[in-house]
Amino acid sequence: MKVKDKKTKELPKRQGLVIFSEIENGAGLKKALKIKKEQVVAEISASNLKGRGGAGFPAGLKWKFAAQEKDEQKYVVCNADEGEPGTFKDKVLLSEYAPLFLEGMVIAAYAVGAKQGFVYLRGEYRSFVPALESELKEMKKNNLLGENIGGKKGFNFDIEIRLGAGAYICGEETALIESLEGNRGEPRNRPPFPVNTGYNGHPTIVNNVETFAAVVHIAAKGADWFKVIGTEKSAGTKLLSVSGDCKKPGVYEAAYGISIKEILKMTDAKDVKAVQVGGASGVCVPKSQFDRTIAYEDLSTGGSIIIFGQKRNLLDAAENFLEFFEEESCGQCTPCREGIPVLIEAVKMLKKGECGKEYLKDILSLCETMQLASKCGLGQSCPNAFISIINNFKKDYALSKNSKQEKTFNG
Amino acid sequence: MVNECAVPKKIIKGGKEVMVCDETRSRLLPVLQDIQDKKGYISDKNMQEVADMFGIHPVEVFSVITFYSFLSEKKKGKHIIRVSNCVSNVMAGSEKIVKEFEKVLMIEIGQTTKDGEFTLERTSCIGMCNEAPAIMVDDKLIGKVTPQRVKKIIQEQKQ
Ligand SMILES: Cc1cc2nc3c(=O)[nH]c(=O)nc-3n(C[C@H](O)[C@H](O)[C@H](O)COP(=O)(O)O)c2cc1C
Ligand code: SF4
Ligand code: FES
Repeated sequence: MKVKDKKTKELPKRQGLVIFSEIENGAGLKKALKIKKEQVVAEISASNLKGRGGAGFPAGLKWKFAAQEKDEQKYVVCNADEGEPGTFKDKVLLSEYAPLFLEGMVIAAYAVGAKQGFVYLRGEYRSFVPALESELKEMKKNNLLGENIGGKKGFNFDIEIRLGAGAYICGEETALIESLEGNRGEPRNRPPFPVNTGYNGHPTIVNNVETFAAVVHIAAKGADWFKVIGTEKSAGTKLLSVSGDCKKPGVYEAAYGISIKEILKMTDAKDVKAVQVGGASGVCVPKSQFDRTIAYEDLSTGGSIIIFGQKRNLLDAAENFLEFFEEESCGQCTPCREGIPVLIEAVKMLKKGECGKEYLKDILSLCETMQLASKCGLGQSCPNAFISIINNFKKDYALSKNSKQEKTFNG
Repeated sequence: MVNECAVPKKIIKGGKEVMVCDETRSRLLPVLQDIQDKKGYISDKNMQEVADMFGIHPVEVFSVITFYSFLSEKKKGKHIIRVSNCVSNVMAGSEKIVKEFEKVLMIEIGQTTKDGEFTLERTSCIGMCNEAPAIMVDDKLIGKVTPQRVKKIIQEQKQ
């Protein structure tokens, strides 16, 4: 696939083993349409492709569940809400590789039997809408979208672009569906899962932009080709968006199994103190663990890599992340709504040296409660960065020695 | 299974009670976004109109509006400047950018200029982490902002 010029600036051609590798427009879809739907699902399953949006659910299994549902109306949703701090890899796909991930959605529609698709695009990326719309038109002209797609009688599928409106939580798939339905973006209880009861009560698959992009390559080049890339448990590659204290921030495609050390070398980062993997909901990795790797079995991430240089105090980062979550929590459930402000206060106390050992213990047990009892991934994962910073960067804060003054959990 | 009425309905699926709503209701957000776009905010009168259109209570429309930070029931400036305060931006000095905007526009963050031209806000990550500090002006994403560029950015909007 050719990288589109933005007319003024010539974009350097991106390189990678899967997503950024060469492919002809429509090649994946053409091959998929030659085989039965069940075989397409089987091929995606055999490739071991897992979701690239963060949670890592096997894509083939999700599709299989939706395909098995008996319903005239099914939906394919592309999650382009990309809101995790430090993530901008979907932006590259949306702006430079639109034909690719849209084709992935069409393949998904064929596999599960959907007639309608949505791209749920975060409001911040609104400026991409005109280009995406014209791409959809182009696809229709080329019979890659619309009616009797690819000459396949009865295979009709259309895609509509829907905009988010500045709510991070709408990236959570059930909140996203609520938002599509015209409601507040509040996560639903699961089960039922979207594959069974999704948009307007119909079977719906929600996948990340990058997942759809990978699908096209798998359909065109085969599960076996894909599987040998990466590690045994994490097939393929991951787009990494690297930012922070490094000379070459940007989007890189790397095979799963790449170590933090290698990422730092690739992005020309020196004097690094820590690397935040997975954004605000991820973990903060200290230098002693830079041999750890990006993989579902080790450090799992939707793609956010933020580098902290030696001079950074990581409590500041913890505070920033928690303030982000405070702003973005939907407030539906207690552990998340009530827990986050308590964690913020604790960080402030730690920064002033006013937090004692016992109180910190209470706080860490509150973190555990939040991880276990919150309704959705936001509340469950928001203590992660805090915990890893408290455990790994003890030099960044001092505990209060004055035990008499010490605040306890009950006031 | 989709019913034609505009209000969400409870149905039993897989032995569980679930809410479903019809196609019409799902247009609510695009309709609100359209009003927001054209007028810069969604007035009480608009809320009533939209509520009638969808056959729902205005309070429900209001509750949807308040959920989304890009929808507003209060009048805002013609242009909205949003400075990202994510970690990458803060590390790259976004607070200086905020200060400069405050100085040049003579307002504080969260406020609107007297002439109704600009509203200044903070926002989280805008996907410009590699070009920090970054801002959003209306739909435009602008990276590598320096305090020196602030005046020019403001002028460009006025044209
Ligand atoms: C708070 C929260 C925010 C999320 N944001 C996104 C997002 O912006 N993009 C995304 O693809 N997945 C996001 N997810 C994960 C989705 O819920 C879902 O797992 C994903 O879209 C499934 O697609 P995949 O299997 O292809 O990754 C988020 C999850 C949570 C809990
Ligand atoms: S964990 Fe937080 S964001 Fe998720 S449903 Fe509960 S309150 Fe909402
Ligand atoms: S982390 Fe700042 S724009 Fe993404």
